[in-house]
Amino acid sequence: MTRAARAVVTTLLLPAAIGACAGDSREVTLRLWALGREGEVVRAMLPEFERTHPGIHVREQQIPFSAAHEKLLTAFVGNASPDVAQLGNSWIAEFAALHALEPLDARVAATPAIDASDYFPGIWETNRLGDTLYGIPWYVDTRVIFYRTDLLAAAGVPTFPTDWTAWRAAMVRLQKANRGPGGATAGDADRFALLAPVNEWATLVVLALERGAPLLRDGGRYGDFEEPHFRDAFAYYVGLFRDHLAPSVNDLEVANRYQSFGAGDFAMTISGPWDIGEYRRRLPATLAGRWTTAAMPAPDGDTPPGVSLASGSSLVVFRSARHQQAAWALIAWLSDPARQLELYRASGDLPPRRSVWRDTSLARDPAVAAFRTQLEHVAPLPKVPEIEQICVVIAQYAEATVRGALSDSAALAGLDRDVDRLLEKRRWLLDHGR
Amino acid sequence: MAADLGARAERRAALVFLAPALTLIVVFFVLPILAALVLSLTDFDIYAIAAPRTARFVGAHNYAVLVRTPLFWTALGNTLYYVVVGGPLSVAVSLGAALLVDSRLTRARAWFRAIYFAPVVTTLVAVAVIWKYLYDPRFGLLDYALRAVGLPAIDWLGNRHWAMPALILMTVWKNFGYNMLIFIAGLQAIPEDLYDAARVDGATALQRFRYVTLPQLGPTFLFVGLTTMIGYTQLFAEPYVMTQGGPLHATYSIVEYLYEEGFRWWRLGSAAAIAFVLFPLILGATLLQSRLQARSRARAA
Repeated sequence: MTRAARAVVTTLLLPAAIGACAGDSREVTLRLWALGREGEVVRAMLPEFERTHPGIHVREQQIPFSAAHEKLLTAFVGNASPDVAQLGNSWIAEFAALHALEPLDARVAATPAIDASDYFPGIWETNRLGDTLYGIPWYVDTRVIFYRTDLLAAAGVPTFPTDWTAWRAAMVRLQKANRGPGGATAGDADRFALLAPVNEWATLVVLALERGAPLLRDGGRYGDFEEPHFRDAFAYYVGLFRDHLAPSVNDLEVANRYQSFGAGDFAMTISGPWDIGEYRRRLPATLAGRWTTAAMPAPDGDTPPGVSLASGSSLVVFRSARHQQAAWALIAWLSDPARQLELYRASGDLPPRRSVWRDTSLARDPAVAAFRTQLEHVAPLPKVPEIEQICVVIAQYAEATVRGALSDSAALAGLDRDVDRLLEKRRWLLDHGR
Repeated sequence: MAADLGARAERRAALVFLAPALTLIVVFFVLPILAALVLSLTDFDIYAIAAPRTARFVGAHNYAVLVRTPLFWTALGNTLYYVVVGGPLSVAVSLGAALLVDSRLTRARAWFRAIYFAPVVTTLVAVAVIWKYLYDPRFGLLDYALRAVGLPAIDWLGNRHWAMPALILMTVWKNFGYNMLIFIAGLQAIPEDLYDAARVDGATALQRFRYVTLPQLGPTFLFVGLTTMIGYTQLFAEPYVMTQGGPLHATYSIVEYLYEEGFRWWRLGSAAAIAFVLFPLILGATLLQSRLQARSRARAA
C-alpha cells in the first residue's frame, strides 16, 4: 500500500473508530419511533430522561399513525429499524413472526418497577405470544358505548341497558321516539338510535368477542365464522341495520359524527377513549352533562359487562437494536406511573397500570369510569400476523350483507372461504415446522 | 475481405460505444423486470421477508387469483374510466389553452404560459388539500356556487358517482399546462406559408384549423396522446391523497391495488403479478394508438 493510499484509508476509518469508542464507553444514541400524538408528547418528556440518564441520548422520530405500519415494515426490510418503537398491539404477532422483536421476559423479571400484576391482564396478554413477552403496554384503549343520556331518558330508558335484549329494546324505543307515534312519516326519518359505520370492523368484532366467538380455529389455521357464536353476533349486528335502528352508511358518508351526535342524529355509538376529548372539545357547552359512556352490554345470560377489544400501543425493543440496555432503560422510565399520568394529561391516553388509575383526576372523571370497568373485561384479537387483513375482510362481508347483497349464511361461508385462503401460508408454515 | 474486416471492426467499435448505456439498461431495467417476473410466480410475502426459504414457486397461481378477485376488476374498470374520460379531456384542454396562448391576439403570452404551467410544478399534495376544500360539501366554493344558482349541492368526494369526475377535473386542471407547452412548440413549428396559402384559397378559420393545424400537429398529438395515456394509467397519488380509493372503491385504481398488495399487506408476489398485468395493457394501448395515428396520417397524405 502506498503512503497516500494508507493516508486515505486512515482518514476514512478514523471517524468510524472514534464513533465506535464513544458508543461503547459513554455516549449512546437511541433511536425511538413514536406514532401520531404520542410522538409529540414523548418529545417533551425526553429531556428529563436524558437528564436523569447521563450518557443516553434519544433521537425521537414522529411517524403518522396512518403510515406507521408500512414504515416500520419497510424499515425492518431495509435494516433500518429503530432501537425502541411504539407498536399497535395488534401488530405484535406480525413483527414477532418476522423475528424483529426482542423477548422481554428476562428484562421484566429483573426490573421490579415493572410489575406485571399492576397491568390490566387482558392488555398485558396481547403482548405475549406463546410463552414469550414482546412488548410493554404503554397506553390502552378499548371500545365502549358513548350515548346521549337525555335522548335515552326521553325515550324512557333511564339507565344504560346491560344485556343485548334490553339494549336492542332501548334502540327500538329511541327509534319510536325519533319517528314519532305515527310511524316513519311523523318524525325525523334521518335520525337513528345507533351509529356504526358499515366499513368499520370494530363494532361487529366487539360483538363477536362478547358472544365468545373465537374467530379462528385450530391454532389460527382456519377461519371460524360459521360456528354458532359468530353467527349469533353477526345476526344481531345485521339486524340493527335491517330494522333501521342504525343507518347503512360508511364513515365517509357521515360528514361530521361529532356534530351529528350533538344534533341527536344518533343517540349512541361505539368508540374508544380518544373520542372523550373529541366530544368534549367539539360539542357545544349546552350538551355537557347530556352524554356519557357505558361499558358494553353483555350477551343474554352472561354477567355484565360484556368483553370488549383489548387494544392500545406497546413499547418494544427491536432485535437489531445496538443498545439493548439503554433501550430497556427508556421503556422502564416511560412505564413509570408518574410518566404514564403525564402522558394521560397531555394526550388523554389511558394508562395500562391500575395504580395510575388511583390518581384523582382519572378516578373522578365520569366519562372515563366506563373504560375503567371495561378494561377489566377485554379480550385480544387472535394473534396471527394476518389479523389486520382478516378484519378488513370481515368488514367487507358485513357491509355487503348490511347493504343487502348477501344473505347471512352466504356471507359467513364466503368469510370462511376468504379467510382460509389468507391463512394458507400460515397453515403450510405451521404444518411444515418452518 | 478487407471490407469485411472493416465492417467487423466497426461493429466492435459500435458495441464498445454502446456498452455503458447497454450495461445501465440491463442492470437497472432488464434485470429488475426479470426479477419481478420471477417474483410474480412465487408467493413471496411477509413470512418470506423474515425467512426467504419460505417463499414457494406457485406458477400462474397469483394471476389466477387475480382474475377471480372482484376488486381487481373494479380497480381495472376505474382506471380505464379515468384514462378514457380524463386522457382525451386533458389533451383537448391543453390544445385549447395552447391555441389561446399562441394566438396573435393574446397579450402577455409569457405570463399566461407561466400561470397555466404553475399547477404542473406544484406538489400534488398541496393541490389535493386545496381541492379538498373546494369540493367540501359544506364550506366548498364549488357547492357554494351551485347553491347560489339554485342547484342542489353535491358531495363531490363522498358520492360514489361524483368522486371520479371530481378527481378527473382536478387532474386535468393540474396537468394540462405541460401538454399545452408541447402543443405551443408544435404550433410554432407550423410554417406560416401554409396558413397564407390556405387563406388565399379562401379557407375559413375553422377550415384552416381542420386542414392545416391539426394535420401538422400529428406527431405532437402522438407524443402527447401516448405520454398522457401512460401517465393516466398510472393513477395513484390523486385518489391516495384525496379519497383513499373510496367511497366504496369508486376511485380505487389498479396502481393503488398494487401498492396495497405490495406495501400494505406485503404480498409481493401478488403485487408483481398485478404489475405484469398492467404492463401488456399499457403496451397494447400504446401500440393501438400509434397504429391508429399512423393510419390516419397515411390517409391524410
